[in-house]
Amino acid sequence: MAASQTLPADHADQRGFGNPDPSAAVIRASRGKARSVNFWRSLFLLVGVVAFAGCGKRETLVESGNRTQVLHRSVGQDLKDLDPHLATTAADYNVLSALFEGLVAEDPVDLHPVPGVAASWDVTDGGLTYTFHLRPEARWSNGDPVTAQDFANAFKRVLTPALAAPNAPALYLIRGAEDFHKEREKDFAKVGIAAPDARTLRLTLAHPTPSFLSQLNQAVWFPVHLASIEKNGSATDRANTWARPGRLVGNGPFRLEAWLTGQEIVVTKAATYWDAATVRLAGIHFHTIEGVDTEERAYRAGQLHLTDALPAGKIDSYQQEAPGQLRIDPLLNTFFYRLNLTRPGLRSVQVRRALSLGIDRNAIVAKILRGGQLPARAFTPPGTASYTFPVTATDHAAEVATARQLLAEAGYPDGKGLPPIELLYNTSENHRLIAEAIQEMWRRDLGVEIRVASQEFNSTLEARRSGAYDILRSSWSADYIDPASFLDIFRSDSGNNFTGWSSPEYDAALTAAGRTAVPAERNALFQKAEALLLAAAPIIPVYHYTHVFVIRPEVKGWNPTLLDHHPYKTVWLEAAR
Amino acid sequence: MLRFIARRLLETVPVLLIIVTATFFMIRFVPGGPFTSEKAVSPEVLRNLERAYHLDQPLWRQYTTYLGQVLHGDLGPSFKYPNRTVNEIIADKLPVSLELGGLALVVALGLGLPLGVLAAARRNTWLDYVASTTAMLGVCVPTFVLGPILVLLFAIHFHGFNASGWYGPADRVLPALTLGCVYAAYIARLTRGGMLEILGQDYIRTARAKGASELQIVLRHALRGGILPVVAFLGPATAGILTGSFVIETIFQIPGLGREFVNSAFNRDYTVILGTVLLYAAMIVLLNLVVDLVQVWLNPRLKFE
Repeated sequence: MAASQTLPADHADQRGFGNPDPSAAVIRASRGKARSVNFWRSLFLLVGVVAFAGCGKRETLVESGNRTQVLHRSVGQDLKDLDPHLATTAADYNVLSALFEGLVAEDPVDLHPVPGVAASWDVTDGGLTYTFHLRPEARWSNGDPVTAQDFANAFKRVLTPALAAPNAPALYLIRGAEDFHKEREKDFAKVGIAAPDARTLRLTLAHPTPSFLSQLNQAVWFPVHLASIEKNGSATDRANTWARPGRLVGNGPFRLEAWLTGQEIVVTKAATYWDAATVRLAGIHFHTIEGVDTEERAYRAGQLHLTDALPAGKIDSYQQEAPGQLRIDPLLNTFFYRLNLTRPGLRSVQVRRALSLGIDRNAIVAKILRGGQLPARAFTPPGTASYTFPVTATDHAAEVATARQLLAEAGYPDGKGLPPIELLYNTSENHRLIAEAIQEMWRRDLGVEIRVASQEFNSTLEARRSGAYDILRSSWSADYIDPASFLDIFRSDSGNNFTGWSSPEYDAALTAAGRTAVPAERNALFQKAEALLLAAAPIIPVYHYTHVFVIRPEVKGWNPTLLDHHPYKTVWLEAAR
Repeated sequence: MLRFIARRLLETVPVLLIIVTATFFMIRFVPGGPFTSEKAVSPEVLRNLERAYHLDQPLWRQYTTYLGQVLHGDLGPSFKYPNRTVNEIIADKLPVSLELGGLALVVALGLGLPLGVLAAARRNTWLDYVASTTAMLGVCVPTFVLGPILVLLFAIHFHGFNASGWYGPADRVLPALTLGCVYAAYIARLTRGGMLEILGQDYIRTARAKGASELQIVLRHALRGGILPVVAFLGPATAGILTGSFVIETIFQIPGLGREFVNSAFNRDYTVILGTVLLYAAMIVLLNLVVDLVQVWLNPRLKFE
């Protein structure tokens, strides 16, 4: 904290800190009169000095960052680990993608796969075999070349059961990977991963998958430097402490400098990165700030170039006072309710559809959320890799009329005779407001009375697992930009279905879509599947999230991307002159 | 006195054992687990995870294993932070909480004691009213209001401090003030009450009659007895400051143990819950012992027994 010499002494006075003029206070004290008054004089003096010192015009982190090309961004909660194979949340990717680079990377504008460690690739065997040609100049941060064997080692590590990598099933795309991971096959040579030489990696898929390259942009597909991991213990021991400053060897555009747990992760530009010439940032500080209000205050105090989120209550004031700093980006994330199909009442498809139609989504989005969210009449957000489910926008009065008719058909005219239903949400102010609004909409328009209840998040997940719910607030975000990332969760064999709904027709349409390379045919199959899902209504989509945050104008190249991924090598800072 | 201390320390052992046992089994009955998330992990992965952390063994076996570990000073691995042990997390975060708590105590005593003494010495004057009102305000204004106000004023308006973080010495000022002020208010009220009681006693009148100055009476004769209620309050208060700093840690983004403690419960990070509960329980027991010792030292009418 540096005190400024240039600040006028009456500055503190104007701010209501009493008389900061020291001479006046000292003279009065020396007279020994009115002692209690003098006590207050001295106290004001003290406070005045503190305020004065506080007025010092220090350089903020943002200002010094602008000068030195160091980005200060907040990423919300601290990461649990920097091991890319143990990463669990979407936010982890935002740090790990600075430290590691996969076979492909992401286009900074629309995130389509572009060459990463692989300079090029050939697809043969009708989409079954991918041969990646690795660039010779790719280096680990310790100077070692990044080889095809490194990738093979990494994939083997992920698939080894002892590591218990949470996202290991993502690798089931590779032939034999599922059997190896499920310990039905012990011989890793049977898995479709081959490294005929240091520069060539051949992956054989279980079935043709047009979205394969997009899916590679998840942390679980990142390579690791096995030799440096093994210096700290077994590579498949979760407790291995290799992913720490001074030990972590990565191959991304940045290297790990420091990790102050609960505070920040600091990375600096890696001179060893093959495309270092493109990287303009000298470093990034990932501030791990948990509270959204704390984060916003840090932003205003000049400690952050951009926040991870913005409290809904602040949207209006930013819109009025600093509209240039407020960003509302689309995001592949849907808020929906799961319906438990084993519950009486909810067994009836008419009831389920009536409940869905009885929600005035526009009102929820416009009156409660106010952050540019889109009302969801389908599960997959519009514009997910050229796919948009065609929704015929009818006015809500017509929807309500249909809903009432459906209820009557189900034998519950005006909701009479419907078994009691409870809507369960995980405790959160927004979830409560939405649940109560919907409770009122159903009561007013359909005559359906429901109870709303809240539980702490982890408890609602247990209710979901054990089926101890009627209607459950849920959300789903895409791992990669493809409708399958959404629709796959309601397949019969999905571990994330939880509704009790299954449809062989739905599964078949998705399986066919997964293997069709022609985009139009693929989208038609996804549409067919989604229509089945919406008609059966085991879920009620409510709205598609947006990513609301604030960002300083100095940050350049921060494009609105659907997954909130931002390839850092094309981001830079430019202070206004 | 040594016998007293030794006996009290021995009594601690069964207390801690009961706490650990109750916590161990209670957290297992809480719905959810350490590996549940919005995106459910596959059954194979879950099985692998449970195997990695020995959660596939019978509960009683896990319990005895855990007790054995604890006796060797090993609080086990964290389930949520794969490459961190609970010992490491506590070693990392406890010093931060201790520093914050210590500074807050200094603020609390530094503000609270003089304010209370002043109010009692100038009883029923405007000075007393101002001091008492200030103390009342301090009791009423919660930290989650005071903290953000201080940040708005000194970090955002005057740019004198960081709004959050725990990097340099300056980052200690606002959190310590916020946490300290609330306790200062309590201490001021207790000091005032204690002092008033003492100032009305015969030996004070005697001292006055012998011509002792007002300053001497307050500082030499009355203060020692007057702060007895404060000392009794300080035991639980210190424990409260050290364990209950969750709100302050969130407001100012301080990497302390309080946040870890609360988050571990939400995360169902069983070993971290157990480790922090054990630590806090031990701290509370010890602090109460210290308070008892200080009380006996301050009050000649009390004896060790």
